[in-house]
Amino acid sequence: MKGRSIEPFFWSLFSSGGMLCAMVLPAVAAILWIAIPLGWIAAPNHESLVALVAHPIIRLALFGLVALGAFHWGHRFRFTLYDGLQLKHLFGLIAAVCYGTATALTVLAAYVLWTL
Amino acid sequence: MNPEYRLYHPKWYRRRIPIFWWLKKLAYLKFVLRELTSLAVVYAVVLLLLQLVALSRGEAAYARFLDLLGRPGFLAIHTLVLLGLVFHTVTWLNLAPRALVLRLRGKKVPDRFILAGHYLGWLAVTLLIVWGLVGR
Repeated sequence: MKGRSIEPFFWSLFSSGGMLCAMVLPAVAAILWIAIPLGWIAAPNHESLVALVAHPIIRLALFGLVALGAFHWGHRFRFTLYDGLQLKHLFGLIAAVCYGTATALTVLAAYVLWTL
Repeated sequence: MNPEYRLYHPKWYRRRIPIFWWLKKLAYLKFVLRELTSLAVVYAVVLLLLQLVALSRGEAAYARFLDLLGRPGFLAIHTLVLLGLVFHTVTWLNLAPRALVLRLRGKKVPDRFILAGHYLGWLAVTLLIVWGLVGR
């Protein structure tokens, strides 16, 4: 590739996704997927959750979380495969699969949150 | 282009590294576990998206989704996912002083203040989410 590399662009998505997910996901996972299913805290009723995610700012935040989280994974997992499994010879294929999956998840998130 | 490919050096000697190189030292293992937290991250965002889909399909569909979340298998997986997410957060925030160098009146802000700021930020976001989701 000539001129400027696209690598810094993916790195910035990796970095902002890493920070956002670091701040948000432990609380989300602990409440939604551990504490509520185990009955430690009462499950929010359906109606109030629908009202919560109907708010445009919440929806935008959820979209950012899913999209940046997906690209955070895509970038980091790409290098995990290169280094961890010694697959450097599959350079192009791995990059395409990782960023392709992240792009697909971003589109899916946009669709789901738009039609909510 | 593949970084391993060297034009005009077809027989350059490169030592082969065994596939389980990262099991030899605790530091290597921690590095690989840190890198693997990205799987917990992607699992969490996909599950969140599925939960939103279930939520949008009405009360009965959402109740079925919650039923699934309560199964022992999923609870076991989600405990591992939560551990991975917390490991991601701790390793990520601990690197913050190296990523962010702040200067105040020409002097470098000490690492412990940068760390404290990030951990307080995590606490604030966590409390915000608790406030948003608990007691609705």
